[in-house]
Amino acid sequence: MMTCAALLIVIGMAVSSAAAVEVQRPRGVPLSKRQFYEENKPFTCLDGSRTIPFDRVNDDYCDCRDGSDEPGTAACPNGSFHCTNAGFRPTFIPSSRINDGICDCCDTTDEYNSGAKCENTCKELGQKEHEVLQKMAEITKEGFLLKQQLIQEAKNRQQEKQSKLTELQNNKKELEEKVEALRTVKETAEQPEKEAKELHLKAWEEQKAIIRAEKDKAKMAEAFLELDDDADGFVAVAELQTHAELDTDADGTVSETEAQGLLGGVDHVDTASFEKVWDNIKDKYVSESQPVEPAPVDTPPEESNKLADNDSEQYPSDDDVQEEEEEDEEEDDYPEEDFDKAPPTVKTPPKKDEDEEAMPPYDDETRVLIDAAQKARDNFEESERALRDVDDQMKNIEKEISFDFGPDSEFSYLYSQCYELTTSEYIYKLCPFNRVSQKPKYGGSETNLGTWGTWAGPEDNKYLLMKYEHGTGCWQGPNRSTTVKLTCGKETTVMSTSEPSRCEYLMEFTTPAVCQEPEAVISSLHGHDEF
Amino acid sequence: MAAAFNERMGLLLGLCISLLLGGSWAVDRGNFKTCDQSAFCKRQRALKPGQSPYRALLDTLELSDSRLTLQLINDNNKVHLLLELYRLQGNITRVKINELKPLKPRYEVPDVLVGDQPTEPLSVLSQDDNGVVLSLGAESQRLIVSARPFRLDIMEGPEVLLSLNSRGLLAFEHLRLRKDTQADPEGAEVKENVDGAEQQDEEQKAEDGGKDKEEDGLWEETFKTHTDSKPNGPTSISLDFSLPGVEHVYGIPEHADNLKLKTTDGGEPYRLYNLDVFQYELYNPMALYGAVPVMLAHNAQRTMGIFWLNAAETWVDISSNTAGKTVFGKMLDFVQGSSETPQTDVRWISESGIIDVFIMLGPKPSDVFSQYASLTGTQSFPPLAGLGYHQCRWNYNDQDDVKAVDQGFDQHDIPYDFIWLDIEHTDGKRYFTWDPEKFPQPKEMLHGIKDKRRKMVAIVDPHIKVDSGYKIHSEIRARDLYVKNKDGGDYEGWCWPGNSGYPDFTNPEMRAWWASMFAYDKYEGSMENLYTWNDMNEPSVFNGPEVTMYKDAMHGKWEHRDVHNLYGLYVHMATTDGLIQRSGGTERPFVLTRAFFAGSQRYGAVWTGDNAAEWDHLKISIPMCLSLGLVGISLCGADVGGFFKSPSAELLVRWYQTGAYQPFFRAHAHLDTPRREPWLFGPENTALIRDAIRQRYTLLPYWYQQFYQAHKTGQPVMRPLWVEYPKDTATFTIDDEFLIGQDLLVHPVTEEGARGVTAYLPGQGEVWYDVHTFQKHNGAQNLYIPVTMSSIPVFQRGGSIVPRKVRVRRSSDCMENDPYTLYVALSPQRVAVGELYIDDGHTFNFQTKKEFIHRSLTFANNALASRNLFPESNFSTDSWIEKVLILGASKPNKVTLQMDGKETSVEFEFEASMSVLTLRKPGMNAGADWTVVLQ
Repeated sequence: MMTCAALLIVIGMAVSSAAAVEVQRPRGVPLSKRQFYEENKPFTCLDGSRTIPFDRVNDDYCDCRDGSDEPGTAACPNGSFHCTNAGFRPTFIPSSRINDGICDCCDTTDEYNSGAKCENTCKELGQKEHEVLQKMAEITKEGFLLKQQLIQEAKNRQQEKQSKLTELQNNKKELEEKVEALRTVKETAEQPEKEAKELHLKAWEEQKAIIRAEKDKAKMAEAFLELDDDADGFVAVAELQTHAELDTDADGTVSETEAQGLLGGVDHVDTASFEKVWDNIKDKYVSESQPVEPAPVDTPPEESNKLADNDSEQYPSDDDVQEEEEEDEEEDDYPEEDFDKAPPTVKTPPKKDEDEEAMPPYDDETRVLIDAAQKARDNFEESERALRDVDDQMKNIEKEISFDFGPDSEFSYLYSQCYELTTSEYIYKLCPFNRVSQKPKYGGSETNLGTWGTWAGPEDNKYLLMKYEHGTGCWQGPNRSTTVKLTCGKETTVMSTSEPSRCEYLMEFTTPAVCQEPEAVISSLHGHDEF
Repeated sequence: MAAAFNERMGLLLGLCISLLLGGSWAVDRGNFKTCDQSAFCKRQRALKPGQSPYRALLDTLELSDSRLTLQLINDNNKVHLLLELYRLQGNITRVKINELKPLKPRYEVPDVLVGDQPTEPLSVLSQDDNGVVLSLGAESQRLIVSARPFRLDIMEGPEVLLSLNSRGLLAFEHLRLRKDTQADPEGAEVKENVDGAEQQDEEQKAEDGGKDKEEDGLWEETFKTHTDSKPNGPTSISLDFSLPGVEHVYGIPEHADNLKLKTTDGGEPYRLYNLDVFQYELYNPMALYGAVPVMLAHNAQRTMGIFWLNAAETWVDISSNTAGKTVFGKMLDFVQGSSETPQTDVRWISESGIIDVFIMLGPKPSDVFSQYASLTGTQSFPPLAGLGYHQCRWNYNDQDDVKAVDQGFDQHDIPYDFIWLDIEHTDGKRYFTWDPEKFPQPKEMLHGIKDKRRKMVAIVDPHIKVDSGYKIHSEIRARDLYVKNKDGGDYEGWCWPGNSGYPDFTNPEMRAWWASMFAYDKYEGSMENLYTWNDMNEPSVFNGPEVTMYKDAMHGKWEHRDVHNLYGLYVHMATTDGLIQRSGGTERPFVLTRAFFAGSQRYGAVWTGDNAAEWDHLKISIPMCLSLGLVGISLCGADVGGFFKSPSAELLVRWYQTGAYQPFFRAHAHLDTPRREPWLFGPENTALIRDAIRQRYTLLPYWYQQFYQAHKTGQPVMRPLWVEYPKDTATFTIDDEFLIGQDLLVHPVTEEGARGVTAYLPGQGEVWYDVHTFQKHNGAQNLYIPVTMSSIPVFQRGGSIVPRKVRVRRSSDCMENDPYTLYVALSPQRVAVGELYIDDGHTFNFQTKKEFIHRSLTFANNALASRNLFPESNFSTDSWIEKVLILGASKPNKVTLQMDGKETSVEFEFEASMSVLTLRKPGMNAGADWTVVLQ
C-alpha cells in the first residue's frame, strides 16, 4: 500500500547570494498560493468546488476537480507541481511528472519517491542560463544599436526615395510636355517631307511610263521583223501561223481563220497596222530568238530564290516582265509610314537592270526635308524613352515603398539584397522580399523555394517570421514554400536551413532588425526569482 | 511505408516509374491479375459443378488409430490421389489430398502449424459399397465418405454441417511430363485442361470448330512484360465446400472490404497473394499485403472454420445457394429437410502444393478461435509499451528532428511510447546502418529517448542492396543464401536501394543468420529500446510481375510459386527471433510486419499497409482489423491519419479517436505530405487528440489483459459483435462498431461532419454504460448518440469490471507503479466480473518464472472481491487500488474493506442521478486478496 504521506515539508530556499529562508507549505505549492493551504484548516479547492479536511491535501487521492488538493502528488490528472529550482528559474510541471522516474525539476523535488537518481543541477543551469542571457544581452545591446542605425538609414533612404519620387514626378511632368512639343515638331517636319516625296515619286512614275512605251515599241518592231519571214514588209497569215503560242482556241495550232482574226480580218498587215495586231498578241508572243518557256507553273529554282530575297510577291508568270513589275509593285505596296523610314532604293535588292529602272535619288531639296523630319522623329522618340524610364523608376520606388519593412522600416536594408548559405549539398539563397532558392552545389539548376508572401509571425510580433510561397511544385505534392525565422543578431546571415516537412523549408536568419530594446531583455532576466 | 516513389527515387528508378506513377490517386488495376489473367484460376473457374470425375476406392481404405487413408481415382485420366483423414484434438478434422505417386514431391507448408497436432481415434461406424461412416468422437458427429462421386459430409445428428466436393469441383492437376519434350505416358490427358474437365473441354472444342489447340498457360504464361516459365507445368488444386444453413462467412484477409464476405458470382473471386498494392482501392476482393487462408462460417446455431493450408496464389469463390440445389449422395437424402435451407458454397483454388484442410467445427465462436490457435498458435504477448501510442512518419529527418518531436509531446503533454524511423534513417537504404549525416550518433539519440522511458522502432526491410561494400550483402552472398532465379544465379530485383537481392528466408540457415544480425554488437547503434519494423516483405519488387518476385525464382528446391505467401511470415519470424536472442531470451520482442500468413500472430504486430487520408479508409480500418482478429492476428492497426495524402483536421481527430480504440495505435504519413504531429492543427484539435490518446493510456491495463488472454487462449482482442452475441442475427453484418474483449463496445465516429451515430447495443436483457457519462442503456437496441468533435462513443457492458490507470503519464513505462481505478458496471442482476493482469510489462518472466499477478474480480451479493486465479504465480507490484466506481449501484449505508483478517471502513460518495458509487481510496495492493462489502 502506498500512501505517500507527503504533507508538509520544509523547503530550503536559497537565493543565489546566500541567505537561506525556510518557508513551510505543502509540497508542490508555489509561494504565491501558500495562503490557500493553511495547515489544519479545511481546504477549499481553488475552484471553490468543495471543501475537504486538510489531511486530504497531498494524500495521493484526487478530491478537487481542478486538481488543487494534490499539488505534490500525481493523483490529479490536471494538477501541476511547482519546482522552486533555487538558483535557476522556478517552474510548474504537470503533476503527471511527479515520481515518474524522470528528473524534470533541476532541484530534484519532483522525484521524491520514485527511486530515480536525480542530481540538483539548478546552480549549473542557472549559471549557464546567466551566461547565455548575458551573451544574448550583449548581442541584443549591440544589435539594438545597429537597429537604430538601420532605422536611421531607413529613414534617410526613405526620404531619399521620397524626394527622388517627387523629383521624378516633376521630371515626368516636364518630360510629358517635352514629348508633346516634340510630337508637334515631328508632325510639322513630316508634312513637307511627305509632299516632296510624293512629288518625286509622281515624276518618276511618269518617267517610267515613257520608258515602258518606248520599250514596247522597240519590241514590236523587233517582232515585226521576226514575223515578216519573207521580209516583204508585211506580216501575213501564214507567217503568224508559225507561232503556235498565239493559238486562241486552245487546239495547239493557229489556224488560218485564227491568224486572220489576229490580223484584224485581213491577210497581211504592214508596220503601221501591226501596231494594233501587236496589242492583241504581245502577251503571248514568243520571240523566235528565245527558247520556248516551260509551263509557267514549273518555277525555275533561281526564281524562288529571288522570291525569297524579295520578301515574297505574287508569283510572276513571265520572266521578261518580272523585274519591272516587281519594282512597280514594291513601290506601290509600301505604305506611307514605311516610306518615311525606308525609301525604296535602300530596300530593293540590286538587280541587273537597276540603273535603267531604279528611281533616281531624291533631289537635294527633298533630302533636306527628309533629314529634318528624321531628326524630329529621333528627338521625339528619345523623349518618349526618357519618359518611360522615369515611369519605370517611379514604379520601382513605389513598389519598394509599398513593402512593409517593419514599424520603423528597419527591414528596408534587406531589400534587393541576397544572402547565401552553403550546406553539404546545396547553396541556399535568401533574397528578402523577393525569393528563396536552392541550387545544388555541384551543378544543376536552381529551384525556387518560394517567392515573397507575407510576414507570418505571431500576433504580437508578426515580424519574426517571413513566408515565401508558390515555389516550384513538388512531385505529387504542394508547391515549395519557405518560412524564414528571424532572430536578433549582430550580423545579417542565414544561419541554417532545413526541410521539416517535405517541400516546406525553414530558414533561420539573424538580423539586428529584430533586436529588442535591451531593457526588456534585462528585465526578463531578473524577473524569474520569486523574491 | 510504401511503394510510392518520391521524386528522388523516381529519378533514380526510371525503370519503375511507369509501373507505379500512374498519376492518379487510385490503384492501377492493370498491374494486378484478374482471375482470367491467372491461367490456373481461369482453367479452374471454367469447371462446371456436378461432374466430378473422382471416385473413392473403398477397398484401399486403411484405418490406423487416428489416421484414415483412402485412394481416389480420377476416372477421366486414371490418376490416383491419396486422401488422408485425421481427427485432431479439439473438434478439428484434417483432410489431406495429394497425388498417390507424384512425379516429384509437391510442396507441403512447413513452419505454420505449431507442435504436433494431437490426434483422436477414428472409428468406422458402418461401411458399404457406397461409402463409409466414421465416428468423430462425441456429440454424435459423423463423417461420411461417399464413393461415387467422391464426397465428404460432416454431420451432427441429422444435420449436415459441411460437405466437401459436394459440387464436384475437386480438381487436382497432377504433375506430368511436358509432351513436346517427351512422349506423354498417359495419352488420356492430351486434351485435358484441368483434371476431370475432359468432357467439358471436348464440348468447348466442338464449339470452337474442333481446333485441337492446347490450353494456354499450362507450361508458360505471360503477364504484361513478364513471363513465368512454369517448368512443372499445371499444378493447381481446387476443392469446394458447402455450408448448409450458413449465410454469413468471414475471414480470408487481407482485403479492403466489409467484414461479411460477399458472394463472388459474376465477379472476381477473393484473391490471396501477398502484394504491395500502390494506393489500394476499397470494397473489392483484390489481394493485398498479407494472406490468411482461414474462413469462418457462422449462423445462429454454430460457428465453424475452414483453414486451407496452402501458401501459393489462392483464389476463393463464394456463392450463396439453397441446400436443395446441390446433388447429394443417396444415403443423405433422408436427412435433408426443406430445400429452402440457405447455403453458402465456397471454393478454394490454389496454384500449387497439396490440399490440406483443417475443418474446425466450433460450435461456438470461441471454440473456433481455440481450435485455430491449437493449429497455428496464439498472438504473441506484446510488451506493454507496444500497446501505447506510436508516432511514425516517413521520415523523421535527423536526430534533431527526433528530439524536437519527442519534446513536442512533452510540451503538449501528450503521451507516447514509440517513435519510428522509416527507410531514410539508413545509409543509402542499407538496413542495419545509419545515415552518417542525419543519424551520426544513434545511441545518443536512443539514450535520449530512454531517458524519457520511451522507445524507438527502426525499419529493416528484407531487400538487400547489391553492393560489395555492404557487409550484409556480401555475407549473404558468401553464404549463398539469396533467392535464386530460374537459371541458378542470385535473383535480383529493384526496390528502395536500387538493385537488390532477396535473402531466402525459407531457409532456416538464413533465418538464423538474420536473427544473429540483431545482436547489439552486430547491429551498430542499436540498443535495448530499439525495436524493428519489417516492410516490403510480400516481397515487394518494383520491377517484378505484380510488383513481386518471379514465380519461377527458386528457394532451394521449391519455386517461389509454392512459398510466396509464406515469405513475409519468415522475414517476420527471423526478425522476431533476432530481437529475442539479442536479450538472451529474456525480453519480449516488438516487430511490425506488412506481409503475413497464417501463424504470423506468433511474431508480432500487423498493419493494414499504405492506406490514404480519406474517410472511407478510416471506416475500412474497422472491418480490416476485425477480419484479421478472427483469424488470430489481434495486434492490428491502420496508419492513423492515412498514409497517402493529407487529412483534414477533422479526419485526423476522428482517426485518432478510432485508433485509440484499435489494438495497434500508430500514426504514420507519407514523405510527401505536410507534417502532422498532433499539435500542428491548432490548440482545439491538439486538445482533442490529446484526449483520445489519454483515453487509450487510461485503458492500458484492460488492453494488456486482453492481449494476455489472446496470447493464452487465441481469442481475438478486437471482436465483431456476433462473436459475443452469436445468436443475435442483427449483429452479423455490423462492421462500423466493435468490441474490445467482451466488455467494451466502441462505435467510433467515422463520418465527416457527423452530428450523431447510431450504435447497436446487443444483448437482450443486458445493459451498457456510457463510459464518459455513466448513463445506462438497455441492450438489444439501436441507440442514437448525438456527437460533438470530442465524442468517442464507448460503452461498458453491465456485468463487467474494467481496470484503468487514470494517471496518464509520458509513457506507459512511467505509469508502471501507478494505482488502479476499477470500473464495476453492474448487470441488471447486480453482478459483475472482471480480471486484473499485471507483470513486469516487458520480459518472458511471466512465462518462464510465473512472475505475474492474475486476479479475478467479482461483484456479487453486494461484495466486490479479488481472488488469485493462479496461486502458483509470484509477482509483486507497487500498484494499489485508488478508487472503485460502481455503476448502477444503490446507496449503501456503510462500506467496509476486509483484508488480512481485518475490517476497515471505506469512505464513499454516491451520485444519485447516474447511480454511481465511488469508493474513495480503499488503498489495497493490486496483488492482494480483499473483499469490499457494501452494507
